[in-house]
Amino acid sequence: MNTRPRPEPMQVVKERRDKVLRTLVEDVPYIQFLGIQFERRGDELTGILPFKETLIGNPLLPALHGGATAAFLEVTAIITLSWGLIWEDMESGTLDVKTLDADHLPRLPKTIDFTVDYLRSGLPRDAYARARINRSGRRYASVHVEGWQDNRSRLYAQATGHFVMPQRKPVDAG
Amino acid sequence: MRAGTQAQRMTLPFAKPAQIKVKISQWNAIMSEKNKAAGQFIEALPHSIALGMELEELGGGVAVIAMPYDEKLVGDPKTGVVHGGAVSALMDTCCGAAVMSHPSNPAGTATMDLRIEYLRAAKPGERITTKATCYHVTRSVAFVRATATDADAENPVATATGTFTVEGKL
Repeated sequence: MNTRPRPEPMQVVKERRDKVLRTLVEDVPYIQFLGIQFERRGDELTGILPFKETLIGNPLLPALHGGATAAFLEVTAIITLSWGLIWEDMESGTLDVKTLDADHLPRLPKTIDFTVDYLRSGLPRDAYARARINRSGRRYASVHVEGWQDNRSRLYAQATGHFVMPQRKPVDAG
Repeated sequence: MRAGTQAQRMTLPFAKPAQIKVKISQWNAIMSEKNKAAGQFIEALPHSIALGMELEELGGGVAVIAMPYDEKLVGDPKTGVVHGGAVSALMDTCCGAAVMSHPSNPAGTATMDLRIEYLRAAKPGERITTKATCYHVTRSVAFVRATATDADAENPVATATGTFTVEGKL
């Protein structure tokens, strides 16, 4: 007898995960303002900052504004952290994806500090970023983010940040 | 945004201009001209314009830049609090401006490292003002500290520490 449940159809899995990610990202005005998108491969996220003129800091070079780069890396860190928090509930069905809207998502982690290391000037073209959660405890998390443009191995910026994790709702804890 | 002949000479901050010898008596006039030029340059940065930044003070290695509250800057839709990234952008601009206005006269600068501490959430609806001080400059590096406040100026929203490159001197 086969007791193992049949795996869900691929489309169902994809739709669920993509919907949750979309809700998470579309809800934040500043992410929309910068035009940041996220690409998903399983649970791995890649942030994309499509180039536009308003991201320029030095019009003479031209180069991306350091602040735009900092924000991009911080957004990638926060979304990746939040995505990690949601993943389990989303996959187990605790999070009702059908009725999901921004109000039913957990609060976002809060940045305590964020340190950006600018390795080379940002070129006027798309940028990418991936965050690695080095530690994620009940209260705090430490995250490292790498940003690159043309070559994955030639980072143009990297950052480390600490975050206060949102408190889980009492219903979830009980 | 002002434009005009000054704006045309705006290669000043980021390209090393031809060496010029000046008398001490001309120095102050040139410095204030340079600060004016640096001010116009900072006010012309596309990303800073997009975020609505307003230069309030500039000179002697100190810069004050404000950013009025705007819905598009919100990072937490549940509370309406401005995103940390927007505060970072404000801090970065302000620190860079402070370096440019330092009496040692750097011809240009770029951020090497910037650390921001978020002390508390900025009050939704209030304008954020940053004051940056460039407190030391070597031949190649500038050191800067900055503080951001909302209407409650006694309780900073964020503090920043940064190191910036010095691109050559006037």
